[in-house]
Amino acid sequence: MGRTGEDIRKRIARARLERMMVIAVVILVAVVPAIPIWLMYGWIISQSFSGKVILGILPTDLTLDNWRFLWSPIKMGEKEYPNIWPITINTLALALTVSGLVVFVSSLSGYALSRMEFKGRTALMQFIIALHAFPSVILLIALFVILNKLGLYGKGFVTLVGIALIKAGLEIPMATWIIKGFFDNIPWDLEWAALVDGASRWKVWRTVILPLVLPGIAAVSIFSFLSGWSEFLLVFTYVAQEEYYTLPVMIYYMIGEFIHIDWGMLAALGLFYAIPTLIFFSVSQKVLLRIYVGGVKG
Amino acid sequence: MAKKIRRWILPLLFLTPLFIMIGLAWVSPLALTVYLGFTDLSIRNFLAFIQDFFTDKVSLTLDNFRRIFTAEDPNIPLTLKVTVLYVVSVLAINAFYALVLSLAIAFFVRNEVLSMILRITWLLPRITPGIIYALMWIWFIDPRNGLLNDMLRLMGVPEDLLPDSWLLRTPYSQLLMIMINGYVGASFGMIVYTAAIKSIPTDLINASYVDGANEFQAARRVIIPLLKWPMLFVTAWQTLSLLSSYEYILMVWGAGSGQGYGIARSAGVMVWSLYSYSKAFAEYLYGYASALSLILVIIGIVLIVLYFKIFGFRRMMEPSKVEV
Repeated sequence: MGRTGEDIRKRIARARLERMMVIAVVILVAVVPAIPIWLMYGWIISQSFSGKVILGILPTDLTLDNWRFLWSPIKMGEKEYPNIWPITINTLALALTVSGLVVFVSSLSGYALSRMEFKGRTALMQFIIALHAFPSVILLIALFVILNKLGLYGKGFVTLVGIALIKAGLEIPMATWIIKGFFDNIPWDLEWAALVDGASRWKVWRTVILPLVLPGIAAVSIFSFLSGWSEFLLVFTYVAQEEYYTLPVMIYYMIGEFIHIDWGMLAALGLFYAIPTLIFFSVSQKVLLRIYVGGVKG
Repeated sequence: MAKKIRRWILPLLFLTPLFIMIGLAWVSPLALTVYLGFTDLSIRNFLAFIQDFFTDKVSLTLDNFRRIFTAEDPNIPLTLKVTVLYVVSVLAINAFYALVLSLAIAFFVRNEVLSMILRITWLLPRITPGIIYALMWIWFIDPRNGLLNDMLRLMGVPEDLLPDSWLLRTPYSQLLMIMINGYVGASFGMIVYTAAIKSIPTDLINASYVDGANEFQAARRVIIPLLKWPMLFVTAWQTLSLLSSYEYILMVWGAGSGQGYGIARSAGVMVWSLYSYSKAFAEYLYGYASALSLILVIIGIVLIVLYFKIFGFRRMMEPSKVEV
């Protein structure tokens, strides 16, 4: 009897030791390396509302002065930066155009790939996946030449439209694939029933199918909106005039100017720009995650 | 006959917008990259080329590739070295560190709330817009205002090992490059792995407990073997995107130094793709830059074909699927 009691005690001790080791691993691997992430977010939030931060992230001297770019122009010596609102509108316009184009094109082609039989269907799907895996940034130089050739370079707002076209084109393979997945999940019978009742294919698409794939369309539009909203390289490379910058490009140049001088404004500006992304993400986390698993570049 | 035509007219109608967009954004730039790589296009003859594609001011040449492969361009060896260092180390973080991280978050941590907090934390680098992520790093590494040096001091790293500038001192700058991209890559790996771990039937894990395994053994003998495909997928996918990703390097070194991304060369973080970018948009040598890109394009195509062979069509799209 005593022997087994001791045995059990020994086993409990061992189990406890193992649990401790597990906890140690968790702390070492998942918690300690996460500290920089927490510090960075802590800093950007508290810095944006305070005149001075101590110990890196503790706010003192609360102020809204860092947010002054919302109501007055930003100046650096003689140079005056463009007002934030037109720049925000540029960013919004770019994101909305990308999102609209992507949704329109990918819902049509996603339906065709999911529902129609035609020659070369498998080959087309393979091609789309290959494009999806292919890193598009390599094409930046050739796209620059094409933009020039089409007369879309250096034309202010028209350049932004060209960028929206390109960005949408780059996003479309993935979006098509996602929407196709949503179409695949709709049972054929529903469509058959409507077709048998004498509805045309177009009518079926509009009245029966579309409502059922709306979640997919919502996901794709949010996703492409966000990727248009955070697009940096295309605008940075192709837009020459300041008034047609988007927010990330303006922030890039302002970091270069205001670093060490006005961390507060940079933090506020950054937060202002990141808020839509964070809100969208927290609202639609689940669907977006599924898409992210499908693979996003980078 | 009419029926036959209708059979392919309808798909064509639905697919035309797709073809136009893919033609504009993928096919034509791909073809153009191949062509430009064999030309001497630069700022000198650019305008003539834009006006007339077949102008005789642009000539076909193999010079670009000769300069690359014989390292006549003195920057090539270092660029190659930095690229290999970058891809291999970030890949290691993405595939292996992310695996341990996911095991910790999705398997070792039993508290749902804690697991959730950790998961969201590790997602943040990926969902934060790139320039904001860059801004936060620029602050974090700043020796005067940032906390990285303080944090390292607290962990007992001796003072003379801490650099006065993380951006400009090698090898600190290279370490920084790996960390910045590593956090983003770890996010990606974590998303794929945690989804896969969650989909493993708990019976399997419980069975191993009954057989007397502890948590480490269950992780090593049951879970990790089941994650073979997701691991291969993450490695494959990330190899491809790392070869061409330079956005964070451009943003952090370009904005953080206040002097543009040209600083990346002396900081030892000029990767191949950024080098190609700088040749095109800082030195206006479009032909040479395209040749540099073309090498990446070819590597990319070879890898994709290889991946199709290894994974097959299905697995390529369902990386988190676990086959028990």
